[in-house]
Amino acid sequence: MHEISVAISIVEIAEANARKQGARSIQLIKLVLGEFTTIVQEALEFAFEIARQDTLAAHARLVIEIAPMVVRCLSCGVIRSPVRDIILSCPQCGLPLEIVAGEDIQLEYIEVETENIAWSV
Amino acid sequence: MERIAVQTNVLKANQEAALENRLSFEREGLLVMNLMSGPGAGKTSLLEATIQALRGQCQIGVIEGDLQTDLDAERIRALGVRAFQINTGTMCHLDARMISRALQEFPFDDLDLLVIENVGNLICPASYDLGEGLRVVLCSVAEGPEKPKKYPVMFHKADVILLNKIDLGMPSGEDQRELEKNVRDVNPRAKVFAISCRTGEGLVAWTEWLTSAVAIQRPNRLTAS
Repeated sequence: MHEISVAISIVEIAEANARKQGARSIQLIKLVLGEFTTIVQEALEFAFEIARQDTLAAHARLVIEIAPMVVRCLSCGVIRSPVRDIILSCPQCGLPLEIVAGEDIQLEYIEVETENIAWSV
Repeated sequence: MERIAVQTNVLKANQEAALENRLSFEREGLLVMNLMSGPGAGKTSLLEATIQALRGQCQIGVIEGDLQTDLDAERIRALGVRAFQINTGTMCHLDARMISRALQEFPFDDLDLLVIENVGNLICPASYDLGEGLRVVLCSVAEGPEKPKKYPVMFHKADVILLNKIDLGMPSGEDQRELEKNVRDVNPRAKVFAISCRTGEGLVAWTEWLTSAVAIQRPNRLTAS
């Protein structure tokens, strides 16, 4: 159950990027979650509800896109996705398969409200 | 509303700290092992047996990770080996920053092998690189043969997989064979050893392999055995 530490990192990274742009609040956080990670989506969503409290992301929506696992055989070049049963030997030549996608947790972008400068009242 | 591209790995802070640890280990020519398993698979027993086998051949230090207590560090110290206990409180894994903080209090420049015994957990520790050179996963036959299927990320990332408690397997060897097959499915590259820390079976093959891994990392520090 390390989703809470991951959720805190997500909020920290989002806040740092929002501050750099002088944003007032974060509306949306877009995350790409690899299928071959140890993160459970529902647990992460729940942890995010806690982690975002009292931050610029207090009212932000977390949008998670799942990145499917993609494997490639270095010997015969076979690329497979989705991967079923996670058998990581090539079905054609029997050699080990390399995982080329689906292992990362990437924060793609954030949507923010920037400071409104009041030129006239 | 404004969109800001971030394109950042969420575990970046840990990966940066792990890289710093790795560079300082490499500067010392030190082999660092991250030892992981579920609770009760026999990590500390494996360490005790490994320490006894390598006695006189190389200088070992141990960092122990547990939620509570320093019982494991005490077991290691009883063998005359320097041990440092990290208590994570409620955290289910060690991360690279905990290791770099521990290393400020735990000298490692005279060591040939540093073993980090992670928190007993087959899930979270898989995601946190500590800067180790060798990832070792221990799994006991008594836990049932399906563990690699249930926790594929942990088993996939291992360099070495040790199957412990083979003395408790079925007399026919059926469950051990099934466990070995499941290990191979998720990790065809890993070096696999079947052992029993209780009877000593298979331990020589493991400790000899480990001795040569230490020797490759730090050739001049090994004394004649």
